[in-house]
Amino acid sequence: MDSRITEKLKILADAAKYDVSCSSSGGKRKNENKGLGNAEGMGICHSYTEDGRCVSLLKILLTNFCIYDCAYCVTRKSNDVERAAFTVQEVVDLTINFYRRNYIEGLFLSSGIFKNADYTMERLVRVAKKLRQEHKFNGYIHLKTIPGASEELIKEAGLYADRLSVNIELPSEASLQQLAPEKNYTEILLPMGSISQQLLQAKEEKKLFRSAPAFAPAGQSTQLIVGASAENDHQILQLSSQLYKSYSLKRVYYSGYVPVSSDNRLPIITEPPIIRENRIYQADWLMRFYGFDAKEIVDELHPNLELDIDPKLAWALRNRFTFPVEINTADYEMILRVPGIGVKSAKKIVSARRFTQLNFEHLRQMGVVLKRAKYFITCQTKSLQRQELDSQQIRNKILFGDGSVRSALLTQQLDLFRQVG
Amino acid sequence: MHLYTYDGTFEGLLTVVFEAYERKSWPASIEQEQVAQPSMFGETIAVIANEQKAQRVWQGLQKKLSAGALQELYYTYLWEQPGFERIIFDYVRLVFETKENIEGNFAAPCVLQVQQAAKQVHREKHRMEAFVRFQKTADELFYATISPDFNVLPLILNHFGKRYADQRWAIYDTRRRYGAYYDLHAITFMKLELPPQQRASVPAAAMDAEEDKYRQLWQVYFDHVNIPERKNPKLHLRHIPRRYWKYLSEKQPQVLR
Repeated sequence: MDSRITEKLKILADAAKYDVSCSSSGGKRKNENKGLGNAEGMGICHSYTEDGRCVSLLKILLTNFCIYDCAYCVTRKSNDVERAAFTVQEVVDLTINFYRRNYIEGLFLSSGIFKNADYTMERLVRVAKKLRQEHKFNGYIHLKTIPGASEELIKEAGLYADRLSVNIELPSEASLQQLAPEKNYTEILLPMGSISQQLLQAKEEKKLFRSAPAFAPAGQSTQLIVGASAENDHQILQLSSQLYKSYSLKRVYYSGYVPVSSDNRLPIITEPPIIRENRIYQADWLMRFYGFDAKEIVDELHPNLELDIDPKLAWALRNRFTFPVEINTADYEMILRVPGIGVKSAKKIVSARRFTQLNFEHLRQMGVVLKRAKYFITCQTKSLQRQELDSQQIRNKILFGDGSVRSALLTQQLDLFRQVG
Repeated sequence: MHLYTYDGTFEGLLTVVFEAYERKSWPASIEQEQVAQPSMFGETIAVIANEQKAQRVWQGLQKKLSAGALQELYYTYLWEQPGFERIIFDYVRLVFETKENIEGNFAAPCVLQVQQAAKQVHREKHRMEAFVRFQKTADELFYATISPDFNVLPLILNHFGKRYADQRWAIYDTRRRYGAYYDLHAITFMKLELPPQQRASVPAAAMDAEEDKYRQLWQVYFDHVNIPERKNPKLHLRHIPRRYWKYLSEKQPQVLR
């Protein structure tokens, strides 16, 4: 077997894996030319790595040669790692052959910056163009936009890619200056703004002319690193909320910092902050699907998410006066805010109660987690709770009471905190 | 009360519904004829699948249910777990006996059961779409075998037909012993009895010259996209339970390189 390509794949997959985006959903590309592949609607996770993350796309760097020296990045100039570069054809062949065997949904191509931004971006675009035009490839393509690349190249990228992303990297300009002195927010926000403009424009044109070319139909996303700099969760969620609103991003990804270097500008940690990252994702979900505003989840008084309980339960415990909620009459929006009731159960409840008065057995059957929900709801004015409990008591009962399942990972990480503190 | 038997097809099951209404005699049980035990009590009615009768029941359902609910009902049939005939029968009866649309009435056991069975089938369908791994043979056929928990082969063909329009492919269900083949124009079902040793994989000699290379490259990729510092076996297993590993080339023992 060709050992050079194997070596390259090892190096360039290794270098790309810290970019956590794996989504392949939201595309609208149909296989109309009897070509290869489609990228419609829901994406598919074809495998999962041992760290529990989904493998949906062939996620690689075109090269890990880089002129920048960002402290948090494994590919930084000053890091002593093996370097490699794929040719355009090699990436195309890997993508097509993996795709035909149903290994992947498509390609996620990023790159270290060699020579300059435009030179790099031009090569990324060339891969996508070749796949689309020469191979009639309709699978998913996610291209990373290189900060500082020209607007024309970004525009061309959007014609071939389903999704574009510019990483915001760190949650504040000050941290970026400290850890990635060659980058700045302007250079990052400029293409982000330009992409969101293009997306809007393409949508308008699509309304007028059905044949108008699509521009990155699955939208744009970004990523920021959590735990490499000092920002609290309040600052992070404020930033994401702002990004969702002003740049109509599809997703903000959070990457718990994995210690990849021993730069003295970085905090000394031994384990990536997995629980914190998880809590931030839960908060992100609350903003996108549960109708929560960022400032309801964290504020100046409570600037950080609690690690041992999820943000929805934390909100409920801080806002006891809004409960109990009567399942048979409350608004959908309020039912959605009950800990232990998710979007699906909430919809079922609202649908089923048109037929009959619901009781706790109905809720259990529908998949409501009564262990958590019971402190916050009544069914036909009845409660499963006999005595009045304060927030602290409820919290203890949920965490340590009968049948509480605490994730092994959580216990493990909390133990670590205890040892350190 | 009667014991109804049928031929195991969806059409046959709908015919049972028709017959039960025709006779105004609700089934004590509904069983497939090849597994049915003769009953000591009551009479056994052997229903023969009838297209017109099945069609009339289906059309009756179409008038009262959304396309989504009809699909869930069909999924419950493909679910194949003990008692699915009874669930479908109860559901259909509830539909016909209630004036308004009942599909959102999750307080009724059969409605919830249909929804839950359909969810399981849907999840298995999705898993098969994700975990099927094609092997390319020397004559450029992309071949895969599956043995899903539920009978989802008919449900995944549309997906693969749309996706792989420009390559010949075949998927074979080793548990239910039938498969589907796409010849660049249309998808056809095939029923073939393969000796057990041939069912699982294509013999190495019949494989495309590059098949091994790409399978190994995929393993290399899979190993290197993992972040060891974040190892989380519990989550890993929740996403791919062990019973699915047999499909995944990346989870097979590594060949020496």
